[in-house]
Amino acid sequence: MDLSFTQEELDFRDEVRAFLDEKLPKELSEKVRIGGELDKEDMDRWHAILNEKGWLATGWPTEFGGPGWSPVEKHIFEEECAKAHAPRIVPFGLAMLGPVLQTFGSKEQQDQILPRILDGSDWWCQGYSEPGAGSDLASLKTRAVRDGDDYVINGQKTWTTLGQYANKIFCLVRTKTDGKPQEGISFILVDLDTPGIEMRPIKLIEGGHEVNEVFFTDVRVPASNLVGEENQGWTIAKFLLTHERTNIAGVGFSMQGLTELKALARRVKRGGKPLIENPLFAARIAQMEVDLEAMKITNLRMLYTAQTQGAPGPETSILKIKGTVIRQTQNELARRALGPAAAPFPSEDMFGNAALAEPEDVHNAATYFNNRKLSIFGGSNEIQRNILSKAMLEL
Amino acid sequence: MDFSLTEDRRMLSDSLTRFLADKYGFDHRKTVAYEAPFHDTDLWSEMCELGVLYALAPEDAGGFGGAGFDVTTVFEALGKGLCPAPVLGSLLASSLLTSAGADQAGLLDGSVRYAAAIGELDAPYDLDDIETTFEGGKLSGRKSVIYGGNDAEVFLVAAKSGDTLGVYEVKAADAQVTGYGLIDGGGAAELFMDGTPATEVIADARHALEHALDLGRLALCAEAVGLMDATNEILLDYLRTRKQFGVAIGKFQALQHRAVDLETEIEQARSITILAASRIGEDDQAKIVAMAKNLIGRAARLVSEEAIQMHGGIAMTWEAAVSHYAKRLVMIDAQLGDEDYQLEKVMAGYAA
Ligand SMILES: Cc1cc2nc3c(=O)[nH]c(=O)nc-3n(C[C@H](O)[C@H](O)[C@H](O)COP(=O)(O)OP(=O)(O)OC[C@H]3O[C@@H](n4cnc5c(N)ncnc54)[C@H](O)[C@@H]3O)c2cc1C
Repeated sequence: MDLSFTQEELDFRDEVRAFLDEKLPKELSEKVRIGGELDKEDMDRWHAILNEKGWLATGWPTEFGGPGWSPVEKHIFEEECAKAHAPRIVPFGLAMLGPVLQTFGSKEQQDQILPRILDGSDWWCQGYSEPGAGSDLASLKTRAVRDGDDYVINGQKTWTTLGQYANKIFCLVRTKTDGKPQEGISFILVDLDTPGIEMRPIKLIEGGHEVNEVFFTDVRVPASNLVGEENQGWTIAKFLLTHERTNIAGVGFSMQGLTELKALARRVKRGGKPLIENPLFAARIAQMEVDLEAMKITNLRMLYTAQTQGAPGPETSILKIKGTVIRQTQNELARRALGPAAAPFPSEDMFGNAALAEPEDVHNAATYFNNRKLSIFGGSNEIQRNILSKAMLEL
Repeated sequence: MDFSLTEDRRMLSDSLTRFLADKYGFDHRKTVAYEAPFHDTDLWSEMCELGVLYALAPEDAGGFGGAGFDVTTVFEALGKGLCPAPVLGSLLASSLLTSAGADQAGLLDGSVRYAAAIGELDAPYDLDDIETTFEGGKLSGRKSVIYGGNDAEVFLVAAKSGDTLGVYEVKAADAQVTGYGLIDGGGAAELFMDGTPATEVIADARHALEHALDLGRLALCAEAVGLMDATNEILLDYLRTRKQFGVAIGKFQALQHRAVDLETEIEQARSITILAASRIGEDDQAKIVAMAKNLIGRAARLVSEEAIQMHGGIAMTWEAAVSHYAKRLVMIDAQLGDEDYQLEKVMAGYAA
């Protein structure tokens, strides 16, 4: 048993650090540090910098333009990015559609679409969920009916993250209504400029706009946009769910979050002393740190399994559950540390002379509320438990 | 033993509840609570006509209530209706004026808006930490997150004169006030004073301030009970009607047990709020109110987080009423002393 990184891995970490130090624009890391909203330009800019270095598609094999990293190298990269306050890589094209096309797509699809993901020509969004189909995704109703060389799509998708920046959407659609629901689903690529598509914003609990609803009325899409075979969509969706699960615990974010939380608790005063000296509050931080310390190793153990035995198994659901709970606990403690000063709605006033907190703390309450999503999306924590009790515990 | 409300309180509760349901419906609330002045000033006048503020003050101060159960009656209804009106600030100020034996006719009829400026950035909860000073008729210092301060005309400011904590009156027009909205709706303000003229209301106000804060804490507990009841109603309705995998999600035992846990915590919260209301004016008031606010802090966050989680994505949206109830429930903990602060007060008696 040896818990340390190899010399090569340590060298790699130094290389990542040097790169971030040199190439990550300060305006971007500052925005990320204070929890501000990144716009499309910000994200495109960071993607372009990573792409130039060949480090954008971290999970892709080299033949498609990825760096060919091992799971551990990917982990190191993600951890260092979180520490440096780099913007998150937008996952829809890079971490979701990319691997799908590499596994199920035609040669034409791979040649046409993958380079456009890398160079930022296309921004993809994910059209899975519907108002009536969340956890029970297989009950989705959006219909695609074959008509000559086209499919005609009618229905509605929702919760489409960052759809307002996208020009493309990959969708799960129903192509067969009889038989088992899972067997009548297809995976199709849609240009958002196609007539008949309307996107509407959804405002979230803390006031931000990051998700949308997408309505399809007689939308004509070439049949060649189908990925894989007709009615093979569920297999693809399941592939996506088990793929790309190494960063699911968000350990890098949590490690960074812990550092920031301690800094905040040293800054804030109660009873004339730094809050961190308050035994009740310090105990809350300490408990979370213990959980995080264990989580780091749980995460590495699962990375090791993935590295030595191929694809990760259902036990990665443990990472999702515990990882999201740790991050939500941190958000909760950061809000609690500020006390009443966390209450103002983030606005320009809160950064001026009347500011109640340092810029990095102004969004604490908003972040706490927004991150309630972590245990809901990507398969809710209840669904993860269902998976675990069935597939791992065989109950 | 009698756990029922008196006839007068029941009538007040009914009329306020009906008023809020009719006039402060969710769509209206959602609009006004997040735009300056962060509540509806016309409805404020109508609420005052209903006698909401009079119910918070005792008869000898010009009101018709002022007991613990009067406070809980009003605030439970405000919570149920998710009302963003600045009643908490009025309650704190009214209690201070009652202690001072000062005239508060303008406060009670709603014609003059008061706010209590007690907390500071480094003194969010405890009076001992206050650093604002009063000297030679003038106040200096900064007061922070003054509930309802964004459109108050008069501030009652807690400040030290030498080693004595007093309460002083400042006109908003004489000071620098920065108002803003809160993440859970409603407004507050920062008050900046630098040699600002002020008049003495209470020279030695330690006891009066603690009493006002206890009433405020009790009010927040009752508000939270109202909020939790309303949230639970929305949640149970959703669990019964939202279908996934061909059944109502309330059929999943993974959710059923948690819904029962919420119900249990809400009943516990209701009980300790009733206990605290009954102890106002008694020797153990401070300790029991601290116990109540501690339990409420824990229960309210649990109800908030679980209501969101059991709804799924829909509760993450601005358009869903439950998200606004959830925000208010969580943010209540940071008002007038959080869970840990209250727990310390409960623990303080142990060593003796
Ligand atoms: C901020 C945000 C961004 C999102 N982004 C996207 C996106 O880009 N693309 C996309 O397609 N989707 C996206 N989603 C949708 C997300 O995947 C769904 O919200 C999620 O699948 C849950 O579905 P639901 O919200 O309909 O909740 P429901 O499925 O209705 O669930 C409600 C509650 O019931 C529980 N439940 C359901 N079934 C069971 C069961 N069998 N046993 C026990 N409990 C159960 C759930 O855990 C939850 O607590 C996003 C969601 C959010 C909130």
